Amino acid sequence: MSVPKDKITIEGLTGDAAIAHALKQADLDVLAAYPITPQTIIVEDYQRFAADGEVKAHVIPVESEHSAMSACVGASAVGARVATASASAGLALMWEILYCAASMRMPIVFTVANRALSAPINIHNDHSDGMGMRDSGFIQLYCQSSQEAYDTTIMAFKLAERHDVLLPVMVGIDGFILSHNVERVEMLPDDAVHKYLGVREPFIALDPDKPITMGPLALTDYYFEFKEQQDEAIMGVPKAYKEVEEEFAKLTGRKYGLFETYKTDDADIIIIAMSTMGGTAKVVADVMREKGDKVGVIRLKMFRPFPTKEIAKVLEKAKAVAVFEKAMSFGAAGHPLALEVRTALYDAKERPMVANFVVGLGGRDVPPTTFVDGIEKTKEYLKKGEAPLYETLGVRK
Amino acid sequence: MSEKYNEIPMAGNIIEPGNSEKYKTGGWRAERPIHNPETCLWVKNGTCGRCWIFCPDMSIILTEKDGKFAHAFNLEYCKGCGICAKECPTQSIHLEKE
Repeated sequence: MSVPKDKITIEGLTGDAAIAHALKQADLDVLAAYPITPQTIIVEDYQRFAADGEVKAHVIPVESEHSAMSACVGASAVGARVATASASAGLALMWEILYCAASMRMPIVFTVANRALSAPINIHNDHSDGMGMRDSGFIQLYCQSSQEAYDTTIMAFKLAERHDVLLPVMVGIDGFILSHNVERVEMLPDDAVHKYLGVREPFIALDPDKPITMGPLALTDYYFEFKEQQDEAIMGVPKAYKEVEEEFAKLTGRKYGLFETYKTDDADIIIIAMSTMGGTAKVVADVMREKGDKVGVIRLKMFRPFPTKEIAKVLEKAKAVAVFEKAMSFGAAGHPLALEVRTALYDAKERPMVANFVVGLGGRDVPPTTFVDGIEKTKEYLKKGEAPLYETLGVRK
Repeated sequence: MSEKYNEIPMAGNIIEPGNSEKYKTGGWRAERPIHNPETCLWVKNGTCGRCWIFCPDMSIILTEKDGKFAHAFNLEYCKGCGICAKECPTQSIHLEKE
């Protein structure tokens, strides 16, 4: 049953603040985090809720991000509902424990204000941090708006804690672009969120009365079997996510899907991009269509697991796909998003051309003109019948 | 060790306390301890027992029956680390290649 309008609180919130409110309503047991720009406000706001007695969670101000994720794993192991937040170098310092969190099957919600990695040190947005952790076993959901960040953070607990999932979830928002921009956010009443999420029911938990061991040694004889379990779990996520979102949509009327499609049905060129770039891309598609170019957009939300078949089904009707992404995989055959897209299309009957544009590194602005440049280039490549493996746009060269 | 991935606990969790007993570490052994009862103080008069104290795998079995003392190894778990040989004050234990 939908929540009545008069029970909805509407506020202007930054992406970070929207996430902090979602964490507050998720009724956490433990939050362990270390501050890092541009994520800091999430934890700052949450600590204020804790100081004011608005939340019951135990907040652990740890000495590093490595410890933050470790404390989260420990708390999750006893059955607590747990969250943390980080970005960039902080996320990189968590690296070792990210793998532990995922392979020990801890349903931790990890909110990230995506930011470039050093060096040179840079506090602005790109997706290097998120792409760096893409093989860790986390589910990855990238958001386009403060509203989506709020909604996704709430849904992330529901998804992570399901016994057919039991995997940590990264909720990504673009650093500064979303983390520090104020947008209109509709918030559910506390009791609606409590009812939606319920209390976490651990599948198995540490208990002194029933001793068990978590995270022990597994060598040549068992390790591979545990990876098989983990693979099965993450490949089942799209189905679980759809159910989680369906239930959320009953409360709010909002749902996002694994990805959002915009005017893709008759599109010759489909842009695929993530997070806030999706908004710009949609505006560009409208303008290009006025000029007679049939452009559509896929704004990808779920990067892990990658919705391979679903994406291919939408893309294979187009003549070309223009991948715009904010990360580089140095020396790779393509950059992270394009690698996935090309692989997804390999088995298509008629493969569209894939043009791979790396944009916006270190917070370099990605204005509509960058997309237009990319589309114009893609049109030329279509005429020529071939595209370069990848190219950078918006860099002085 | 023949269980399939979906027949074992999630994530390697050990849900049965103390099941390391089932893991026969004797298979790791490259050298086997050999005991000489002629010079062993435990066998002589039930003293010493340093090998028992220091063994990291509880693989030294010291027994007493009707005033007779006996010494044995549990080779199912003995990894052949040689600590017993090193600690023996009368050099009553040495290692030989398996």
